[in-house]
Amino acid sequence: MFYKLGSLMMKPGAKLVLVALAILFPLVAKNEYQVYVMATAFIWAIAVYGLNIITGYCGQLNLAHGGFFAIGSYALGLLTADYGWNFWPAFVAAILISAFLGFLVGAVSLRLKEHYFAIFTLCVGFIIYLLLDKWEELTHGAIGVRDIAAPSGFGLVDFSETTPFYYLVLVFLVLAIWFMGKLSRSLLGRTFIAIRNGDELAESLGINLMRNKVLAFILSTTYAGLAGALYAGMIRFIGPEVANINHTFDMITYLLVGGIGTISGPLLGTMGIVWITQSLQFLEAYRMIIFGPLLVILVIFIPRGIVGSFLTWMHRKTQELGPAKRRQESKVTAATTTEAENNA
Amino acid sequence: MNLFFQQVINGLTLGSIYGLVALGLTLVYGILHIPNFAHGALYMVGAFMTYVLMIDVGAPYWTAMAGSAIIVATLGILLERLVFYPLRHSPPIHHKIAAIGVLLFLEASVQVFWGADFRRIVSPYHGILRFEGLIIPEQRLLIICGAMTLLIGLQYFLRKTMTGATIIAMAQNRDGAFLVGIDANRVAMMTFGISGALAAIAASLYAPINLVYPSMGNLVIMKAFVIIILGGMGSIPGAILGGMIIGFAEAFGGFYLASAYKDLISFGLLVVILSVRPQGLFTKGAH
Amino acid sequence: MLKIEHLTKMFGGLAAVNDVSVNFDAHKINAIIGPNGAGKSTFFNLISGLHQPTSGKILFDGVDVTAMRCDHVAKLGVGRTFQTTNLFEQATVMDNLIVGHRLRTRSGLWDVLINSRRLQTEEKECRDKAREALDFVGLAHVENRFIADITQEERKRVAFALALATDPKIVLLDEPAAGVNPEETEGLTNLMRKMVKNGLTVCLIEHKMDMIMRMADKILVLDHGEKIAEGTPEQIKSNPVVIEAYLGSDDDAAA
Repeated sequence: MFYKLGSLMMKPGAKLVLVALAILFPLVAKNEYQVYVMATAFIWAIAVYGLNIITGYCGQLNLAHGGFFAIGSYALGLLTADYGWNFWPAFVAAILISAFLGFLVGAVSLRLKEHYFAIFTLCVGFIIYLLLDKWEELTHGAIGVRDIAAPSGFGLVDFSETTPFYYLVLVFLVLAIWFMGKLSRSLLGRTFIAIRNGDELAESLGINLMRNKVLAFILSTTYAGLAGALYAGMIRFIGPEVANINHTFDMITYLLVGGIGTISGPLLGTMGIVWITQSLQFLEAYRMIIFGPLLVILVIFIPRGIVGSFLTWMHRKTQELGPAKRRQESKVTAATTTEAENNA
Repeated sequence: MNLFFQQVINGLTLGSIYGLVALGLTLVYGILHIPNFAHGALYMVGAFMTYVLMIDVGAPYWTAMAGSAIIVATLGILLERLVFYPLRHSPPIHHKIAAIGVLLFLEASVQVFWGADFRRIVSPYHGILRFEGLIIPEQRLLIICGAMTLLIGLQYFLRKTMTGATIIAMAQNRDGAFLVGIDANRVAMMTFGISGALAAIAASLYAPINLVYPSMGNLVIMKAFVIIILGGMGSIPGAILGGMIIGFAEAFGGFYLASAYKDLISFGLLVVILSVRPQGLFTKGAH
Repeated sequence: MLKIEHLTKMFGGLAAVNDVSVNFDAHKINAIIGPNGAGKSTFFNLISGLHQPTSGKILFDGVDVTAMRCDHVAKLGVGRTFQTTNLFEQATVMDNLIVGHRLRTRSGLWDVLINSRRLQTEEKECRDKAREALDFVGLAHVENRFIADITQEERKRVAFALALATDPKIVLLDEPAAGVNPEETEGLTNLMRKMVKNGLTVCLIEHKMDMIMRMADKILVLDHGEKIAEGTPEQIKSNPVVIEAYLGSDDDAAA
């Protein structure tokens, strides 16, 4: 029965099984290209987890998310290619830069309500693209950045190879999901959710709106910057295209399909769509023709995505079956116990 | 002097186009509180419909523009019925995401049918007027006059007709409007219809001096949003005034400063103004 | 406990609240009534800090909270419910209530990262408080139900519980009995009496006249943003100004 399968999937052990499968994947993959696609999907999933924090949990539609991914990529790329930094220091710097810029943008933009915030971040995302494309002295303009360093394996591992890089990304993905889980169950996560439910109610509960919204924003840009930096380290070449608004729209789609505001939604959505589009390569041109109506249909009929709907269904089933199970158990007990215990 | 005058004409031209687009956007926002991210796509479809009607059907410029306006108005109404009406009880974030979905769909569909290449529309007004030593390209003059005519026509429609009055009533006081028996659905459909028509006409007027391509709406829509935030969401004069400000800023800024950065002007303005006044320049209170 | 002095709020040229002065005593049930659009919700918004008054003073327990931000006012002990309950429908009642005690906790991002003792203690504290509040409103049995699956009246009680979980001194209830049948209204009335008995002060906005007349200790009547009367139910019932402005309407008297 589906319910049994569902409850199995929700047990903690299920997560370990997934991690084990992920670890085994490169061994069963048909070729290196598949590992490469999986690694790219992992990177995007990390970015979508970031989007989940600000948009899913805190309820603010951030249309500049792709821009921060790009900032992470360019920070890493420029520091290693132009300034000769080693990968790891540049990686940390890229994350810090994304977080810091997130703080600046967040502090200004989160004072805006609802629609203004979305519009403002739409423009911020576009400004980032324009700057990356036109500010040639800093970013090489449309030419892009080449010869980005691969992560240093300190002589033990060669991260310029796909499979080792895959495992590196997997580590970060697991960390990203682990933190996401911790956050969502914590008081801080619940504070974000309260803000999503309504600014006024949250404030009346004594929640400092700006401080929490900005914190959520910084967390989300940190995730985005980290993912972007990994992306640059994997592909070793980036151009302004990485800041194209379409990436943000893609991530929104992944998040909505998987389940906005859930823990496994971002992973499921990203994996699902990336692999489906991979296997349906010939439909590449029609991608957005499908994504577009998909978003509309999701938002009207399945707003909580696959995982969200699953969780609601599981919860309701548990409530239904709960009393029935208890009745069944007490029948069994009654048949095998003494009358004294029956009466108790 | 001549150069200066050219920039004034350019400013008026850009301002007219931006103003018309912003007008459609602000109508929808003012009445339905929906930031229609798909508006830029409607603009783009308007240009393509004019192109198709002129090239494939062989219609003359004005007829093609009228046909395009009708098609995009219908598209707008469909949008309202199929997408925004079902979402009327959903949280605002869903409206925005749905609008994005429509945007992606329209842009991709156009690209599949017509490819991503740039196309030209040749209007019958490609001449140049000379007036006391000053040069005015015909199409630009047409844009300016056309926008002004549309604006006057729209004001007349809203102020002097019953239907127009219902739209204004709903914009000013939704609940009051319901109490008086105004049909919200009709108003919503009309608003979207008018908004679509305005976008199509703006695109058709501008296309001959620009190019037609699937992503032509993206930049315009972002500037239109800047305009309605500056001019006040839901304010018609605000949309026109804001359009002119941005139009002139771009014309003069693009000419006297670096042209590569001229697109940044409007966004820079937005960032500065919203940082100082988060509620926008001319807002009365809530939104 | 709550002292309002010449409170005024202008929106553009319109005075939503105009020179209202009133004292609300502690451990009492205070009601605010008035026709639609009288400015009652705005009045609450001014007290709880969601709007800044144009002029006037608000003193809560002697502290000047006039210009104070909403979350600070909440921390001082002002709890609040709204006309529309903004609860997260696809989550359990308990999940919704835990954040109610958040304002009394100090855990932040660092605590989450290192899973500190403080975080664990505070989370337990919040959970206990939530359970206590839920129990107080008589809904302990729906702790694990989704908000979407409980009745409208139960949702109103959960909103009460949320306000109670903040450990308030006074609760501002905005139309707590709206959309609730007479029997349930009686239940909510008893709940409010219980709150007062337990040391709280209640301030509510309502349209249901017989409910107000039966349980209020003091009534403030607003019309077009102005105070037109103040007093006990007896005084209000026989006040000609009030009768003319409001009680004359048949619909309201029947509610």
